Amino acid sequence: MRRYIARRVLWGVALLFICSAVIFVIFYAFPSADPATLRAGRAATPEQIERIRHSLGLDEPIYTQFWLYMKNLVLHFDLGFSYQSNVPVTTLILDRLPATAFLVVGAAILWLAVGIPVGIVSAVRPRSLLDRTTMVTTLALISAPVFWLGLVALYLFADDVGQLLPIFPGIGSYIEANTFLAKAESLILPWIVLAAASAAIYARYMRSSLIDTMSEDYIRTARAKGLSERRVVMRHGVRSAVTPIVTLLGLDIGTLLAGNAILTETVFNIPGVGRLVATSIERADLPVIQGVVLFGAFFIITFNLIVDIAYAYLDPRVRYE
Amino acid sequence: MSLLEVSDLHVHFDTDDGVVQAVDQVSFGIASGETLGIVGESGCGKSVANMTILGLTRGPRTTIAGRVMFEGADLLQMGGEELRQVRGNEIAMIFQDPLSSLHPFFSIGDQITESIRTHRDVSRANARARAIELLGMVGVPEPRRRVDDYPHEFSGGMRQRAMIAMALANDPKLLIADEPTTALDVTTQAQILSLLQDLQDRLGMAVILITHDLGVVAENADRVLVMYAGRIVEDGAIDQIFYDPGHPYTWGLLGSLPSLDLHPHDRLPQIAGLPPSLLAPPQGCHFRERCPHAFDRCLQVPPLEARLPDSPAHRDRCWLSAEQKRELRVADGRIGLRERKSPAS
Repeated sequence: MRRYIARRVLWGVALLFICSAVIFVIFYAFPSADPATLRAGRAATPEQIERIRHSLGLDEPIYTQFWLYMKNLVLHFDLGFSYQSNVPVTTLILDRLPATAFLVVGAAILWLAVGIPVGIVSAVRPRSLLDRTTMVTTLALISAPVFWLGLVALYLFADDVGQLLPIFPGIGSYIEANTFLAKAESLILPWIVLAAASAAIYARYMRSSLIDTMSEDYIRTARAKGLSERRVVMRHGVRSAVTPIVTLLGLDIGTLLAGNAILTETVFNIPGVGRLVATSIERADLPVIQGVVLFGAFFIITFNLIVDIAYAYLDPRVRYE
Repeated sequence: MSLLEVSDLHVHFDTDDGVVQAVDQVSFGIASGETLGIVGESGCGKSVANMTILGLTRGPRTTIAGRVMFEGADLLQMGGEELRQVRGNEIAMIFQDPLSSLHPFFSIGDQITESIRTHRDVSRANARARAIELLGMVGVPEPRRRVDDYPHEFSGGMRQRAMIAMALANDPKLLIADEPTTALDVTTQAQILSLLQDLQDRLGMAVILITHDLGVVAENADRVLVMYAGRIVEDGAIDQIFYDPGHPYTWGLLGSLPSLDLHPHDRLPQIAGLPPSLLAPPQGCHFRERCPHAFDRCLQVPPLEARLPDSPAHRDRCWLSAEQKRELRVADGRIGLRERKSPAS
């Protein structure tokens, strides 16, 4: 077991190194715009641009640049400075991360709490009225774009513009919230909006996974042993059916932390990592974009690692590979 | 007096393609301590009939009719909760593939203990001690250590032993073994069968042994049911089935057993044609379309009854007279199905 984890961690580190190299090549070797020109601003003379190019080290060969970038990253946890604000990239990202993490973790708890039970109930009675209703509802939720769902939620429930039940804090309330509780309250609508599609996807996934599992031979054995149907489903069925969900969850949390919550963050004006990426792309702020992408890779790799380890705990067959 | 008496059992599945008549007019009984072999090819309804005994085929699209009397109660009339008390307790079942039939995420010990604690009010520790004892009884070496192993850490034969241990956990009166050795290699197969025999002698339970292998039945069963396309076509003691078979399908099965006097280049005899679709089984005798001896009367369903003189316990479903049967079942000097001359009408 320990060897298994050690192997996975080493592999994760190697993967991260490869990712940084690829990201570096994409952003520095094939830049969409010349960073020095961007940095210099409008009406800069060619000499000024050259000076900036030199001071940023952009006139060095690419391997030297990469070496310096990696050295600063590994030794000083330094991802460079924003072209726009001169603030260290790591500071920018770490400032934004708590909001994103709060948003994502809360939403994940919500979609698991809703999606898994709904999936189980639908799987136990496939084709029933309840099953059909939930499956149509989930399809609608999956099809609804987040930005649209967010606006609808605000239009109906936000305490400033809400038309139906104006009880939840609306746009920008997260920035004004100071206490943990106030922040949590301001995230209620974003949580629901971000969780909606995932809850629907998880419900469908859980349903089909459990339906598959329920036709396994060992489920027949469990029934032949005289176990109650409840125990057959919950202990023998769900136990197996939930393992693929773990994979999905790891990937989803990883990508959302990496900036995939961008739409929700934009609609509700939550100062998270997604918003940071959006503004950095608008301004071609390369070091920030690169830093966020690298952070994203880190989260995705880390959560994959967690998934692998969780798998070993869930499935005894993995432990002895 | 029978331990289990199945009468006129019908099991129909409503599928998108139509109604599958998986089990049709099946009646048989089994006495305490007896071993009943049920033989037939895949899809003949032998597993479905037995799973129905335990209510395992119940579902919104299944229609079940008939009676299954066990110790004075009709299992088909029992509600889920009542039937649960019988399953794994008085009637236990083991299945074909022990790897897929055991839950991959729980240890062998867990699975046996669960079976015990479902029906008996015993402590975890006592149930575990019993699980170890059971594993020892079915011949798993070092049961104290192996009780915590997972199914994938057992070999095929050991897994089936563990399955048997689990089935025997509550001293069942009847054990239904659904092709228990099909997924195992031949040596392991023999060991498992002799283990079953041995346990049966010691514990005095009745065993229904479902198989497609006549050889397995010959060595282990007291009585044999031959099933074809959802119906029992012949029911008799082991000697009657092997030496005085009454139904042409049984002749075909016996004739297709490999024999040592076959020449190296001879083709293995087989029954021409395929079993009928149970979505639309043929009128009358289900074997009619493959039978070289079919005649007009075969358009009516022959009842399962004693048809050979002096053996009332030997029943079959074939309209041919006893004399005709004894003459026609000889093909190339041994029992077998003759080749068809012209297509049956």
